[in-house]
Amino acid sequence: MARGERDNGSARRARIMMQVTFIVPVVILALFVLTAIFAPVIAPHLPTKTSMPHRLLPPFFVEGGSTAYLLGTDLVGRDILSRVLYGARISLSVSLLVIFITGAVGTIVGIIAGYMGGTTDTIIMRTTDASLAIPQILIALLLAVTLGPSFKTIVLALSILGWAPYARLIRGEALRLREADFVAQARIIGSSSLRTMIVHIFPNVVNPLIVIATMMVGLVILMEAALSYLGAGIPPTTPSWGGMVSDGRNLIDRAWWISFFPGLAIGLVVLSGNFLGDWIRDKLDPRLRQL
Amino acid sequence: MSETVLHVEDLRTSFFTRKGVVKAVDGVSFHVDEGETLGIVGESGCGKTVTGLSILRLLPEPAARIVGGRVLLEGTDLLKLDKRKMRAYRGKAVSMILQDPMTSLNPVYSIGNQIAEAVRLHRNLPESMVRHEVISALKLVKIPSPEMILQQHPFQLSGGMRQRVVGAIAMSCHPRLLIADEPTTALDATIQAQYIALFKEIQQQTNVAIIFITHDFGVVATMCHRVGVMYAGKIVETASTRDIFKSPRHPYTAALIDSVPRLDRKDERLYSIEGQPPSMMNLPRGCRFRPRCTDTCLPVCSEQEPPEVQIGDSHSVACWKVA
Repeated sequence: MARGERDNGSARRARIMMQVTFIVPVVILALFVLTAIFAPVIAPHLPTKTSMPHRLLPPFFVEGGSTAYLLGTDLVGRDILSRVLYGARISLSVSLLVIFITGAVGTIVGIIAGYMGGTTDTIIMRTTDASLAIPQILIALLLAVTLGPSFKTIVLALSILGWAPYARLIRGEALRLREADFVAQARIIGSSSLRTMIVHIFPNVVNPLIVIATMMVGLVILMEAALSYLGAGIPPTTPSWGGMVSDGRNLIDRAWWISFFPGLAIGLVVLSGNFLGDWIRDKLDPRLRQL
Repeated sequence: MSETVLHVEDLRTSFFTRKGVVKAVDGVSFHVDEGETLGIVGESGCGKTVTGLSILRLLPEPAARIVGGRVLLEGTDLLKLDKRKMRAYRGKAVSMILQDPMTSLNPVYSIGNQIAEAVRLHRNLPESMVRHEVISALKLVKIPSPEMILQQHPFQLSGGMRQRVVGAIAMSCHPRLLIADEPTTALDATIQAQYIALFKEIQQQTNVAIIFITHDFGVVATMCHRVGVMYAGKIVETASTRDIFKSPRHPYTAALIDSVPRLDRKDERLYSIEGQPPSMMNLPRGCRFRPRCTDTCLPVCSEQEPPEVQIGDSHSVACWKVA
């Protein structure tokens, strides 16, 4: 079949849309990653430097703003732009690390539970239920008290229970796939249980896995914010987006920019993550691959 | 004289449920020779598929277990092998084709990859040879332009083509025995006929022994050399296809054949067997077909199970009227 024949209007539009939903989020995420890496080079000020004469300056485009502080300053005169740029380091590294750890653990545990069934499944799923029942904040506070607030503590705190939603979702998928004829077919040609799980079950759970992982980006950043706010997360002097949002909460009527810009950054990353997730899912679906 | 490939002796498989023990396969014996097709026919739920899965030891454990018998594949008792040795047999010496071609291929892999998987698992070949083997497997099942099909994914193929691919996977390691579990049920009539013709040809080329599980007597007539009729977990009659159609001795076999629509008879209504197969948890005493039997029963029928009686060269029946 000639390719040209399928190039009617709607197909072309669909292809362009697919490229847009790929390029835009990738560019946004790449920019954030770059700012995280090169924060010391691009940031106009030190993120921790206070300047009392310049406190609560609005962004440059608002009356009274200064081009020296493009996005304004906070209560103690720290530059919002510099803090957002530096904050990308913490927020992105925490969320990526946590999502990687929880996703990997949850997937492995979920596939084993769903595929093995029986007692293995019961034990794993009761543990999962228990993990979902414990408030994460509580565990995080406990860890912060015993280990002291640090980057490691917050990653541990968010990962220690965070695998449970993945495990539950993946277990359901694995349970369904276990009954599929192609899994039986794999056993028929002599594939072992471990091999069947890796080669036949795993690729078929990648779609829901990506969907839930991209959704978790926002959740993890917000959890990190909550923990930082409670003093159980990143030490307050280190800028993190979540911490900044909560810093500005009491001043939202007078100085909206303190919370708004880090919030915008969170929003952009979460949205880009979701779009990218959709794109990857479509790419992995062989039915849509030809578009 | 051709060699016997598979010898099943007194195979018993039970499901252990909360309500009780279901004897899905209750003492089944049969054999298949090289280059021969044995049909196993019977109603739904009579244990045909469980028999097939028991041979490959792919029952849904721990709910189902083989509780007795022997499965001798060219002299080796498959039931005595450890897990790893059993895996080496699956797909290599014994293979199986499942009923539904729409779900028996993994949607994420290309056709080439799925056939290559079986080849890689069992035969230590360099990659270039694997490709060659895959193409020859596709040629065996007569798929046109195999080089192109290799790249395609299951959703791009029709049901008939997919079932051929499943056949190619099953035959890719040259098995001695192929268990086909209603492979044509999901296909429409013309494709069904092609598929059966294809397998007769493959059998002539490779001399593979085939166990053909079906409920379709039409398929039996064209495909099988011998037939075993199963009822409620037991084989009630075994005979050559010719004898089964010409002189069925068990009343169940006769009734089944009478239930097949025929072009040469102008019956008003199609014959059907009264009643339902018995609950496998609560089998009737004596002959398990007695409650539905239309023949005049003997007193012994409701007392004792009928023994299997040899009445011809390769004809055996389990019915008191014959014994």
